[in-house]
Amino acid sequence: MDFELSEEQKVWQKIVHDFAEKELRPMAREVDEKEEFNWEAFRKAGPVGLAGMSIPEEYGGSNVDMISNAIAFEELGWGCGSTALAFTAHNGLGTSPIALYGSEELKKKWLPIVSSGKYKLGALALTEPGAGSDIQGGVTTRAEKDGDEWVINGAKMWNTNASIAEYIITLVRTDPKGGSKSLSMILVPTDAKGLSIAPAEKKMGLRGSPTHSVTYDNVRVPLGNLIGPEGRGLQQTLTTLDAGRISIGAISIGLARAAMEAAIQYAKDRKAFNQSLADFQAIQFKFANMEMEIELARTYIYKAAWLKEQGRPYSKEAAIAKLYATEMAERVIYDAIQIHGGYGYSREYGVERMYRDARLMTIGEGTSEIQRLVISRHVLA
Amino acid sequence: MKIIACIKQVPDSEAKVKAEGGQVSWGDAPLVINPFDEYAVEGALQQKEATGGTVTALCVGPESAKEALKHALAMGADEAILVSDAALSDLDTVGAAKVLAAAIKKVGDADMVVFGRQTLDNGAGLTPPQTARLLGYPMLGLAGSIKVEGSAVTVERVLEEGRQIMKANLPAVLSVVQSIGEPRYPSFMGIRKASKANIPVWSLADLGISAPAVVVTRSELITPPTNTREVEMITGESPAEIAEKLADKIIAEKVL
Ligand SMILES: Cc1cc2nc3c(=O)[nH]c(=O)nc-3n(C[C@H](O)[C@H](O)[C@H](O)COP(=O)(O)OP(=O)(O)OC[C@H]3O[C@@H](n4cnc5c(N)ncnc54)[C@H](O)[C@@H]3O)c2cc1C
Ligand SMILES: Cc1cc2nc3c(=O)[nH]c(=O)nc-3n(C[C@H](O)[C@H](O)[C@H](O)COP(=O)(O)OP(=O)(O)OC[C@H]3O[C@@H](n4cnc5c(N)ncnc54)[C@H](O)[C@@H]3O)c2cc1C
Repeated sequence: MDFELSEEQKVWQKIVHDFAEKELRPMAREVDEKEEFNWEAFRKAGPVGLAGMSIPEEYGGSNVDMISNAIAFEELGWGCGSTALAFTAHNGLGTSPIALYGSEELKKKWLPIVSSGKYKLGALALTEPGAGSDIQGGVTTRAEKDGDEWVINGAKMWNTNASIAEYIITLVRTDPKGGSKSLSMILVPTDAKGLSIAPAEKKMGLRGSPTHSVTYDNVRVPLGNLIGPEGRGLQQTLTTLDAGRISIGAISIGLARAAMEAAIQYAKDRKAFNQSLADFQAIQFKFANMEMEIELARTYIYKAAWLKEQGRPYSKEAAIAKLYATEMAERVIYDAIQIHGGYGYSREYGVERMYRDARLMTIGEGTSEIQRLVISRHVLA
Repeated sequence: MKIIACIKQVPDSEAKVKAEGGQVSWGDAPLVINPFDEYAVEGALQQKEATGGTVTALCVGPESAKEALKHALAMGADEAILVSDAALSDLDTVGAAKVLAAAIKKVGDADMVVFGRQTLDNGAGLTPPQTARLLGYPMLGLAGSIKVEGSAVTVERVLEEGRQIMKANLPAVLSVVQSIGEPRYPSFMGIRKASKANIPVWSLADLGISAPAVVVTRSELITPPTNTREVEMITGESPAEIAEKLADKIIAEKVL
């Protein structure tokens, strides 16, 4: 056993921390209030390798190992939940299906563009107005072959990055008979005719990460835009989500850590009943719980990431890691607000924003209930 | 163009200097690339991008200074060289310049040698001109921008009095200031390359020189006297009354 990060990973952690501190954190409140994406951070992310984490070097990516991926998302989440979410929807969801399953032509055409940070991001649309957790049974967006093109009709919901993306990888039904081999992934450029992206949803948190409903009205794309073999969309989606769960868990740890750090500072400074808050055992024990939970979550995220790196099955572990880390973040940030007293409830202090940001993490990329479903299926198999 | 960026490893800016028993130490503060030298690497990389060529990062220091060189490699430097020798324990700026000049000659064919404006630990800013002098190259200090045309380099110097444009023939020694542009973040690709890089270590024997004699020594170490500050809260019934009392105080203290 070895719990030590490699030298490479330690340096990477420091660099992404610096990046998050300089490029994300100072803008976190503003992107939330103005509901604007932090473009400048994305522009700068390209050369650092933060826009191509799931992309091989030959296509301009940095192809980071899964532990380095978790390290990066914890730091980005620590800096700004919104920007971290946009980055994970880009790296994990929006680019990895192309890198893993795309044709050479698709890889050459799109990956260097999106990994550079100079243009727009990637997006993946699975969820529909009538289908979220139940992807296999619920997806109704259809793609039919017509000559050398796919014709796509339908609607997607809750699509992160759609308005700031070069393309949307769209999960479509290619076999109307249904079943586990009836779905496929197709790359749809955002300038395709017939594609409409609605204005951003008004959300509780993560407001610097735009989320959209998208409709497809006879959208035509070349047959070559199919990602992976026809009918493999469900399997490709599940594999993509397994990895995505590690990133969402890591962002949650970053949010929790940021809130805890703020609470520590506050508890040391604030006086009540002639002593600082940090001198009350009731407060000290809250910090003990926070520390315990953050440490446990991180250790388990690293374990899931390590299993993936070893090429071993990690689906159950990714579900455990995501479930624990995301629910842990809510508890930790709840306490961080509590320690701030009335000020914690104010927008002046970041903990209120972190609480709103963390709330999504138990929903996106598989709800807590779906994680429990995955875990229990493994247990009872 | 062959560019050499000279960098030093220094204690982190949060380090607390300690003077005890005639010895100055930085405690166990983490060591980092001198922040001013990150601008040197940035400036060198900009020139490489503008005109082609290579950037070599050069450092005189202990074995641990390889970490600072790796930082330069991760930013995009092509190669790195460490000069390290047990005989180099007490270097002043003249000594450092002698070692650097010998190493720069050994690298050979340098067109441009770029330094940061000063170090974070000693802060003298003397090593760049001293190195230039030893090499017999022109010195363009405090450059905020660099432009190479043919065999000449033009810089805009950022001085307290204003800006000054200076031109010199290459090869030349430059020191750069912050206006050169924010140092780029090292990249993951760069870290991967740096961790695999083989950084040669040159001894004084490799450079064909002996340890430079120390010309600057510390004759005495004194801990600066502690400053004590007193705070007096001025209170009163109304803002006007407080303001009046404050004004009296200021006049009495002859601040105004
Ligand atoms: C900010 C944000 C960003 C998003 N980004 C994306 C994106 O980029 N791409 C994308 O495709 N989607 C995205 N989503 C959608 C997200 O993945 C879904 O919201 C999520 O999968 C849940 O689906 P749903 O909303 O349809 O809820 P439903 O599936 O309708 O679930 C509702 C409730 O029922 C529970 N439930 C459902 N099935 C079961 C079951 N079998 N057993 C027990 N309980 C069950 C759920 O856990 C949940 O509590 C995003 C959502 C948000 C809010
Ligand atoms: C939306 C809003 C509306 C409000 N409206 C009003 C109003 O109309 N009128 C009004 O007067 N006030 C109002 N308040 C203020 C509110 O009552 C205070 O925020 C609350 O009493 C907590 O005080 P505090 O914020 O100063 O926190 P602090 O007293 O500083 O407490 C900070 C943390 O330390 C803990 N703590 C403090 N002392 C101890 C101890 N001895 N042992 C263990 N833990 C301790 C607290 O439980 C808390 O977790 C409002 C606040 C908000 C956010």
